[in-house]
Amino acid sequence: MSRKSLTFLGLGLTALVAGLAVFTHAPAAHAAPPAPVQLLNVSYDPTRELYVDFNALFAKEWKSKTQQEVTIQQSHGGSGKQARAVIDGLDADVVTLALAYDIDAIAKNAQLLPADWQKRLPNNSSPYTSTIVFLVRKGNPKGIKDWNDLAKPGVSVITPNPNTSGGARWNYLAAWGYALRNNGKDEAKAKDFVAAIFKNVPVLDSGARGSTTTFVQRGLGDVLIAWENEAFLSLKEFGADKFEIVSPPTSILAEPPVAIVDKNVAKHGTKEVAEAYLKFLYSDAGQEVAAKNFYRPRNESATGKAGVAFPKIELFTIDEVFGGWTKAQATHFADGGVFDQIAKAGK
Amino acid sequence: MSNPTPTIPAAAATAASSSGGAPGRTAGPASRHARRDPWWVRATLITITLLFLGLFLALPLASVMAEALRKGVGAYFASFNDSAALSAIYLTLISAALSVPTNLVFGVAAAWAIAKFEFTGKSLLISLIDLPFAISPVISGLIFVLLFGLQGWMGPWLREHDIKIIFAVPGIVLATVFVTFPFVARELIPLMQEQGTDEEQAALVLGANGWQTFWHVTLPNIRWALLYGVILCNARAMGEFGAVSVVSGHIRGRTNTLPLHVEILYNEYNFVAAFATASLLAGLAILTLVAKSAVEWQVARRRKASAAENAAEH
Repeated sequence: MSRKSLTFLGLGLTALVAGLAVFTHAPAAHAAPPAPVQLLNVSYDPTRELYVDFNALFAKEWKSKTQQEVTIQQSHGGSGKQARAVIDGLDADVVTLALAYDIDAIAKNAQLLPADWQKRLPNNSSPYTSTIVFLVRKGNPKGIKDWNDLAKPGVSVITPNPNTSGGARWNYLAAWGYALRNNGKDEAKAKDFVAAIFKNVPVLDSGARGSTTTFVQRGLGDVLIAWENEAFLSLKEFGADKFEIVSPPTSILAEPPVAIVDKNVAKHGTKEVAEAYLKFLYSDAGQEVAAKNFYRPRNESATGKAGVAFPKIELFTIDEVFGGWTKAQATHFADGGVFDQIAKAGK
Repeated sequence: MSNPTPTIPAAAATAASSSGGAPGRTAGPASRHARRDPWWVRATLITITLLFLGLFLALPLASVMAEALRKGVGAYFASFNDSAALSAIYLTLISAALSVPTNLVFGVAAAWAIAKFEFTGKSLLISLIDLPFAISPVISGLIFVLLFGLQGWMGPWLREHDIKIIFAVPGIVLATVFVTFPFVARELIPLMQEQGTDEEQAALVLGANGWQTFWHVTLPNIRWALLYGVILCNARAMGEFGAVSVVSGHIRGRTNTLPLHVEILYNEYNFVAAFATASLLAGLAILTLVAKSAVEWQVARRRKASAAENAAEH
């Protein structure tokens, strides 16, 4: 046994050393065949399929431009949890999260990037957008058409927990925004409306993917409040004969932002390739991949090329209705905030 | 239904014949009483046991296999022919291969100190060894984040010197070592305490030094318990989810162990690959159980042999 374990130990140490060597290797600027480089993209749950496609495309593009091999590694999870991991030292070169507040948290708590990071790239640093729609069972047996149908008694609604999930916060704010618009901006009525929806929620999963699985796989609930891209993906994965998408007339414009993590790219010497990576998201090819994966591209011509038809929805922004993420977060999702009050009253 | 002992009352006779037809005359009072239990009591108990085992052990295992093979054997094996899966298998083996020997050495050292010596703070040491059992694995993971995370005690220094602990392989190994620490020591302590120090003292009197005493006297006495502890430790090391999940960072192809890889695949709607990987983990667990039973069987055999030897001496 001892010889065997020694061999294993040796193997393990070799792997460790090799791993460290790769991490510390900086890309050479213009040497004949530049040394291969690695990027770590820390992202949220529903972007898995998008970045599988996009990473392959970017690696090809970068290789033809610079002769350098680039491998992009991915880490996915709930947006808030992922931000926490980067704050605790997960070595992300770029973060592509569900909402600006989570990247703000990285800037604020770990100073890994400047506070004005969102101004560095066009469109609030969000190369693609999405919105919040409903996924219902085939034939829409409960006749769900708009947000007010979710608050009706006897409708079972699936949505993740806003305390842990970025997607769930968008869901919550979309419902709130709808209520404000239809009640002459009455905050108290909006609170009652959102509370009525959450009364209809039998399970609060911790992430958007978990909620989708609950609705689609486990068959719970009449309606799933979901990212539009997640809803389209469910149709593709599980068949349009089982589910259908209901787009409400109004919803929120969700802008998932991207940023390079300045201190990490400086340490790895990957600033150039990381910047090119994010900029490539805005290129025609990048926009088309986003549309193919059911994210709304900023460049609308990409939608046609990808062959995806996004329904027309009147979209309001978080800045218009809530005065930005920081304010929305403090009012609604902080400890003892409006969501906590609703959750407590619902019990 | 031929019964060789017609003097037994009718009820007992049916019972005896249904349990193989052996005559119950010569058996002791206890077994005789058991045989008099009505057949339906025994049948009900056996059915309940089998149903329970089937429902909670066989059925889940079978459903894992069924899901894994849903799209055929080709798809099943294709699940492992993927760089992320291979890297998860490799990382799981590496972390087990590093943590099991570590815990073997420390577990034997701790058990030896506790069972063979008297010193102050002994009960504190025993409690410390039990600590990983007592706290939730998630907390175990968070301990390492607090220690080595960028905002943690040693984080800034580690970053300055470009040493990566958490969200890298060292952190995963550390977390695994921590959660599996008690297995070897816990297995050894009661046995070594029961064995006492007589043989070691005899060895010392005969002129053996400490190392020789350990190597030729203590170790042979504990080897089966040690192997048993190592097997349990290995099973947990390969299957640990909670603590490893906290320190892993979930980087595909770099810091995912097998249990984490199963979760990722499941979340990607890749159910065949998820269950195929799960079946691999289940296979490892079953291998462990077989090894464990083999060791138990060995132990029982040796015990019987030594008991017979003792009886022969008297």
